[in-house]
Amino acid sequence: MSQTYFTEDHEWIKVENGVATVGITDHAQEQLGDLVFVELPETGATLSKGDTAVVVESVKAASDVYAPADGEISEVNEALASDPALVNSAPTGDGWLWKMKLSDESQLEGLMDEAAYKASIA
Amino acid sequence: MSNTESLKHLPLEALHEDAGARFGAFAGWRMPLTYPAGVMKEHIHTRESAGLFDISHMQLFEVEGADAAAFLSRACPLDATALREGQSKYTVLLNENAGIIDDLIVTRLGENRYMIVANAGNAAKDEVHLRAIAADFDISFTALERVLLALQGPDAEAILIAAGLDLSDLVFMTGTEPHEGWFATRSGYTGEDGFEVALPVDQAERFARKLLDDERVQWVGLAARDSLRLEAGLCLHGQDLDETTDPANAAILWAVPKALRSEGRFIGAEALQKIIADGAKEKRVGLKPEGRQPVRAGAPLINEAGEKVGRVTSGGFGPSAGHPVAMGYVAKALSEPGTRLFTEVRGNRIALDVHTLPFTPQRYKKG
Repeated sequence: MSQTYFTEDHEWIKVENGVATVGITDHAQEQLGDLVFVELPETGATLSKGDTAVVVESVKAASDVYAPADGEISEVNEALASDPALVNSAPTGDGWLWKMKLSDESQLEGLMDEAAYKASIA
Repeated sequence: MSNTESLKHLPLEALHEDAGARFGAFAGWRMPLTYPAGVMKEHIHTRESAGLFDISHMQLFEVEGADAAAFLSRACPLDATALREGQSKYTVLLNENAGIIDDLIVTRLGENRYMIVANAGNAAKDEVHLRAIAADFDISFTALERVLLALQGPDAEAILIAAGLDLSDLVFMTGTEPHEGWFATRSGYTGEDGFEVALPVDQAERFARKLLDDERVQWVGLAARDSLRLEAGLCLHGQDLDETTDPANAAILWAVPKALRSEGRFIGAEALQKIIADGAKEKRVGLKPEGRQPVRAGAPLINEAGEKVGRVTSGGFGPSAGHPVAMGYVAKALSEPGTRLFTEVRGNRIALDVHTLPFTPQRYKKG
């Protein structure tokens, strides 16, 4: 069973067996415009909730993507190094950003589900 | 971007809304930044076909009268009498220290009549400055209210002809007045062949719609305007030029006629002579960051030893170049193309090489 959460910062978090896959929403990629660079963290890095995990850069500007909870980076989307535009074309699919092993899954409680998120950007 | 209430609105704003523009504040105006196609496609489309830009935030000033040439030759490092009718010239307004107040295009339209196109962000300041100078001359100085559209790209000439505006007689940096109240030049800010057409506000929507009916024409926003001009090596006042820079270190001395560099009577002439005699200590250069990570305006330039040797004034990604592009100021000794420099972005050291400008070839239609 997996569960997907959404944050006010327009991130989605899909949790499976204590591992979260994190990306930005379609709304977020639309706001940012064409991405040209994604700065990924090192695998094995430990992050606290609210730390900058990834920086996505559009033609014009750089934006931070935050860790939604404490945990350890278990995998990053290496495909983005050569094709950052995947985040634009498939933000919730091939354009995922990183995976992290969550220290405390309960930190995600209180985040929005998809319906609540959609309502928040409507 | 604080007070959106006080922003000025483009006369054609509704057209941009209809086109799905995303707006942002720039130089006191609510401006289209991107359209649904996105900055990459808008940029590439301009280079491959034709992009339509609403640049009505820029300000036209008309100068007319017996002293028009003398006035301009005082205000700018320019020999206004040397311009042929219809000829445009890139020039600057300098302060007494030869600091750059603004950069402008001046076009001669008649024996005693010239048109100035000034940057949006400096228009109010320019007007005060120019009116103060004008008091000593027999001229009329008029700020015009116009819509200003730029059509840029290899298809621009044919599109205008199809829309009933044949400007094929113009070559790069010349202008004309095709109708009463209209002013058109073959120029632009993208490195491509193209035109800027100023026209009365009440005729603008009809003309814009006619252009948009041509399937080759796409709106292009400010985001792509910036990436296009940066690839083309063109300066943006407020970033690459300001009152702390001068024509020598900004590497735009080519815009100052040789004779005027030693004996000009324009404002700032003495200071500029001294700067030229002493040699500029730093120089504006192109910068090519290694890898894909953009380096932005404000980033410091450092040498191998980590000492600060300059600063980035514009930077982003060049969609046509296919790599990040930037420009900035470096110590004169480090300004040769190929010189390796560094910067730091979020703690990472990134190498950049001094690069010739432009990054992409300019494709103007010269005479």
